[in-house]
Amino acid sequence: MRVFTAVIAIAAGILILGGYFLQNIFPALADVQTLLLNWAIIMAGAATLVGIFNLISVHTDKVRRREQGSIYSALLVICLVAALLFGMILRPDHSAMKVVMSGIIIPVEAALMGILTISLLYAAIRLLRRRADVMSFIFLITAVLIIFSSVTLPFANIPGLNTFGRWMTQILALGGARGILIGVALGTLTTGLRVLFGADRPYGGN
Amino acid sequence: MIELIIIALSLFLLFIITLWKRRSPANLREISAFTRLYRTLGLSMEDGTRLHISLGRGSLLDAHGGSALAGLAMLRHIAERTSVSDQPSVASAGDPALGLLAQDTLQAGYQAAGVEELYVPTAGRVTGLSPFGFAAGAMHIAQNENVSANIMVGHFGSEAALLAEASDRESVIMIGASDDLIGQAVLFANTQDALIGEELFAAGAYLGAGVSHIASLTVQDILRWLVILTLLGGAVAKFFGQI
Repeated sequence: MRVFTAVIAIAAGILILGGYFLQNIFPALADVQTLLLNWAIIMAGAATLVGIFNLISVHTDKVRRREQGSIYSALLVICLVAALLFGMILRPDHSAMKVVMSGIIIPVEAALMGILTISLLYAAIRLLRRRADVMSFIFLITAVLIIFSSVTLPFANIPGLNTFGRWMTQILALGGARGILIGVALGTLTTGLRVLFGADRPYGGN
Repeated sequence: MIELIIIALSLFLLFIITLWKRRSPANLREISAFTRLYRTLGLSMEDGTRLHISLGRGSLLDAHGGSALAGLAMLRHIAERTSVSDQPSVASAGDPALGLLAQDTLQAGYQAAGVEELYVPTAGRVTGLSPFGFAAGAMHIAQNENVSANIMVGHFGSEAALLAEASDRESVIMIGASDDLIGQAVLFANTQDALIGEELFAAGAYLGAGVSHIASLTVQDILRWLVILTLLGGAVAKFFGQI
């Protein structure tokens, strides 16, 4: 079974990769690639349903065993099932479902975004206590300089700070970001190749 | 065509270096986050606590799939090491397909350790489908399930700060790596040993997941030097008016 799943996965990967690069030489590869990608999209959709059932199963299990924080699990399961049922009966474009979306889900996510702002500020304050090294100092000083160069100061603008901020974001930060992203891209490439040729198999057991 | 040449070259190098690394031992530089992770693995077994491995919300159908696969490779190794613990590791994901693969990977780890009967499918979880929903669900695990370390490897954005905050409040060790620039900045400010950039993909090599992981680090180094030489060559050619 393991060999079978590996052969299918490797063949599918090679066909899709071939569809990207060799479709001018072998036009049939483009059709195979489209077909396989459509299957992948359908399976990802089916996986969403499995994911939802996984979420329900984990949290009902917590409620059944009366674990710590199980009241939140119960609330989650009730809201999830209610939203699923009403969404299926009323359809997502019904006014009641829109009220649920704009009155509950979006404000809750916005509140979490607000908490995130405070969390980040708090993390910046604690950074030097956690790790007092050169990189932490550079990180904090850069963050402070960028903030002061982008906001309108109540007293007066510090001469040259805007230019310095622009230079920092458009030259130094952009260069550094590109360097990190190139490293990430190379890591993604080698990881993808390992999976594509079966050295790593995150499917079908060992 | 250049892309195909790069892929073919990388594959060739990966194959050759994997064969070569089988004969000569790897010499890896010390990365403090991985040293801490290795120590945490042993400690969690001894003190009867569990590890929470969060794989992020990277979809396997887009460019973030690489970081998700790197997280799965690490999860496979951790699952094998901690499967016989009283409190086995829990994995969380913000993408359903990744959640399914996390379950499969955990099961593979249990199989490799010879204790498949101890595997519980709910150890691999999808905690939410939106960034903040996922973070809120993962925070719940960190706070309520006797977790001693949160290991975040995958695609995380700014929502990583919420999970870091929850870890900090519970005095839980936190090790984090993301392929997203915002996520990296957040994790740098929130964790004791941050992993930057491609260090995310080195987890497998440092945890002893196999020769191919060590070989892929060497391939990355070779490709990085090729990129540097190409950039410098382009700059010199432009300076002399050749481009």
